[in-house]
Amino acid sequence: MTRLLRSPKIVVGLCLSVVFAIVAIIGPLIAPYNPNASASTTISTPQPPSAAHWLGTTQVQQDVLSQLLVGGRSTILVSLVAGLAATVLAVLFGVAAGYFGGLGDDLLSMLANIFLVLPALPLLIVIFGFLGKGASPNDAVIGVIIAITGWAFGARQLRAQTLSMRNRDFVDSARIIGEKSWRIMSFEILPNLIPVVATSFLFTVIYGVGTYTALSFLGVINTSHWSWGTMLYWAQSAQAAQQVHLEWWWFVPPGVAVGLFGTGLALLNFGIDEFVNPRLRGAGLTGRAARRAGLPRRPQLGLTPVLRSARRAS
Amino acid sequence: MRMITRRIGFYIVTAVVAITVNFFIPRLMPGNPVLAVLGRVQAQESKQAIAALEVQYGVATKTGLWGQYVQYWSRLLHGNLGTSLNFYPASVGGLIRAALPWTVALVGVATVISFVLGTLLGVAAAWRRGSWLDGLLPSMTFFQAAPYFFVAILAVALFATKLGWFPPNSGYDTTTLNPGLDWPFLSNVLDHAVLPALTIVLASIAGWIIGMRNMMITTMDEDYVLLAQAKGLPARRVVGYAARNALLPSVAGFSLAIGFIVSGALLTEIVFSYPGVGYLLFTAIGSDDYPLLQGIFLIITLAVLLANLAADFVYAFLDPRTRQEA
Amino acid sequence: MNSSDILISVRGLCVDYGLGDEAVHAVVDADLELRRGETLGLAGESGSGKSTLAYAITRLLRPPGVITAGSAYFGSSVNLLTAGQRELRGLRWNEIAVVLQSSMNALNPVLSIGTQFSDVLRAHRPDMSRADRRARSGQLLEMVGIPADRLSSYPHELSGGMRQRVMIATALALDPSVVIMDEPTTALDVVTQREILEELMTLRDRLGFAVLFISHDLSLLVEIADSIAVMYAGRLVERAGASAVFRAPRHPYSLGLLSSFPALHGPRQAMEGIPGSPPDLRDMPSGCPFHPRCGYAFDRCRSDPPPPLLELDAGTRAAACWLQDGREAVPAELALTAVDAVSANSGGRA
Repeated sequence: MTRLLRSPKIVVGLCLSVVFAIVAIIGPLIAPYNPNASASTTISTPQPPSAAHWLGTTQVQQDVLSQLLVGGRSTILVSLVAGLAATVLAVLFGVAAGYFGGLGDDLLSMLANIFLVLPALPLLIVIFGFLGKGASPNDAVIGVIIAITGWAFGARQLRAQTLSMRNRDFVDSARIIGEKSWRIMSFEILPNLIPVVATSFLFTVIYGVGTYTALSFLGVINTSHWSWGTMLYWAQSAQAAQQVHLEWWWFVPPGVAVGLFGTGLALLNFGIDEFVNPRLRGAGLTGRAARRAGLPRRPQLGLTPVLRSARRAS
Repeated sequence: MRMITRRIGFYIVTAVVAITVNFFIPRLMPGNPVLAVLGRVQAQESKQAIAALEVQYGVATKTGLWGQYVQYWSRLLHGNLGTSLNFYPASVGGLIRAALPWTVALVGVATVISFVLGTLLGVAAAWRRGSWLDGLLPSMTFFQAAPYFFVAILAVALFATKLGWFPPNSGYDTTTLNPGLDWPFLSNVLDHAVLPALTIVLASIAGWIIGMRNMMITTMDEDYVLLAQAKGLPARRVVGYAARNALLPSVAGFSLAIGFIVSGALLTEIVFSYPGVGYLLFTAIGSDDYPLLQGIFLIITLAVLLANLAADFVYAFLDPRTRQEA
Repeated sequence: MNSSDILISVRGLCVDYGLGDEAVHAVVDADLELRRGETLGLAGESGSGKSTLAYAITRLLRPPGVITAGSAYFGSSVNLLTAGQRELRGLRWNEIAVVLQSSMNALNPVLSIGTQFSDVLRAHRPDMSRADRRARSGQLLEMVGIPADRLSSYPHELSGGMRQRVMIATALALDPSVVIMDEPTTALDVVTQREILEELMTLRDRLGFAVLFISHDLSLLVEIADSIAVMYAGRLVERAGASAVFRAPRHPYSLGLLSSFPALHGPRQAMEGIPGSPPDLRDMPSGCPFHPRCGYAFDRCRSDPPPPLLELDAGTRAAACWLQDGREAVPAELALTAVDAVSANSGGRA
């Protein structure tokens, strides 16, 4: 466990994720203003950062920082719900398909492949386009709907892993003893799949935040419901990036927030990947110890390194 | 060949599913949104527009659900995607046909550049581990995580507004030029296409780089690469041995990537007001133009399926093991 | 023996995996000599370091392998440990070729056999025309008994035995003076094993290359090798002519290995094997690495540093055992001469 923390990727990723988790929880509580409130009705251009508004204001004089903090909760919440729901679906379908095989497996695989190939964003646009007008969905529902398009990738990976595990001895012995299928899947197979489930979860959360932000940016999701994507929607409508006096404080914070959130999760993912696949790590011959011993900085294939002391003596 | 026929069959099934889903969504949504929209637009639109909409969505019609489904299919197979509400009386098909070439060109070129460049960089990063290329990875990850349209906005802010190197929007300068195959028009088109293409490349390249790098590292551990070294083959050839094999998962993963890239490209077009399908989609969303919305969804889906099929062909070409009859 | 006949000479080679305190000593103080036309068998269990030694000599060992001490020369002039990429590339395959254990993994799955032959020829014989290369490739295939029209096949279209033959043909493409074979037949069924070994021996006799044959199968080595070196836990423990090792072993480990083979003829004997298992290289016992499993171990084996290879019989053979240093009484089974052995190893092979 502690070895995990030695990787810089994991440490940075963890820090970023924790920061965003905190923002999600206390964001709206520490926001200095109501994100909808206009500070003034006379000024009609966005104001740059000042003492009163640390990240400046929008065109209608709403505080950008408050929008960022309030919007953060919605964005992060939807992404987490999407990730969670998609992972649950992936585990259910993937492990079941891999374990039982046969017709059920064929059908589930076909279903997963269809969902994988169907372009998610256009489909979601159509769904939300029709949905949004009739009923205004809350964050959790949005997350679940996004999850419907995001479960297939994890399901396929889990199915592949389950297949390779199904024929192993410990599963066979459990079956011979007479353990029920669901018990075998939950207690024998699933614990071995934890790294795959973890990376699948992180990947889907990244997918969720990207998709939710995109949908808000398009205006498909209710634009008065604050999220980072919505901020970008309004910024784009006011052509904030095309103005001569670049209104960077309006569009940079939400975009960077999404980027950092995704980067933090991606780094965690890389870290787990390296941990599980040791070849991706430095193979132990890099670093200061190696250089002191006179080894070349970059390990070259087909040229086994020889210690400087051995080279001189021979 | 059997693999290809199986894939084609799969894509046909997927297309049917997509078309069916497209048919059912408006009819399954709570609160009957079509009626809500109809109610809102009753005053503004002409009688014909309303009638066309009613026919398309089966409002107040005598035909049952199955009958409507059949009619839907027959309309589709005749190339009839309906009539746009916002741009009445323009047909959805016609609108899409005008916008599609812009998107296909942009996405096609940008994706190829991104794939080729990303793969080469990935190979280099794996071959020369510990070089400066390894430092590229975190920043590329950030661009990958940031939404496409944000990268687009940044590109506009930096290169168009601040530096003035490239125009900030449109496909070409509509005020001064007319479409034609002459150089002034084409160079203007290229000029306008640079930033959108750059956005797509930046936002998608990290995936190829990291994927190829990781696959190369795993492949370089294989015995045949060691043997290639043992045979005294020149370094370039040894890299080729590894890369040729490491490429396969990237091509296989292309199908997953193309969906993302297309979605991202749509968003990029919006930022640049680029006259492609993405921008058309945006106006459709804003004006509740359901026929146009659904038509675009169908066309995009079919395009993605075709791209996947092309990727499958390339994979079969690259991997002789798939050509064997089971 | 003319010194120009010595193709590979290794002195005191030490190879580790990893660096620093956590380094695993995979090969310790190895001395080896391979003469022109000689077949040297390298015997030992898995983890004994035999493959590590062979790959280290040719600098093909994968990370985290590091060569930490010793010397290795090709001929009298080429220092294999200090040679650069270019020098090694000129030497590789031209003079030293390798046949790997698993042919499925050793052949590039996306290229045809012909292309893989052609790559080798093109790299080392740039003056050959395409037609010449094709002709030579076909010739090589026929040499191992495969029709030349299979040049356009892919590896997955060939059987295991055919693939291994292709590997051998590839190895001989440039008429090397040394061929290193790493358990070339272990992955095959017994019938194919025998066929391929016989073809190998015929080719060896015809073309005259030296062979470093790595195998865990001592009985096999006794048949095909001129001399055998036995390894245990990274050290060479015995080195002698093949029949000498078979008939009159000097090291308790070699004796143990030989008693693990059932005799084809003669009265039934209880199988002995060697009690215990090879040591964990990270946690080696004190003194001689074999002493925990050795029936003849005494105090010195535990307390003194591991014994070096001690020269015996006027330098014709060597064994790393304190029993053989002249101060101890040597048990009869470890002091046989070839003549006694014929009756003692009743009914063994050859």
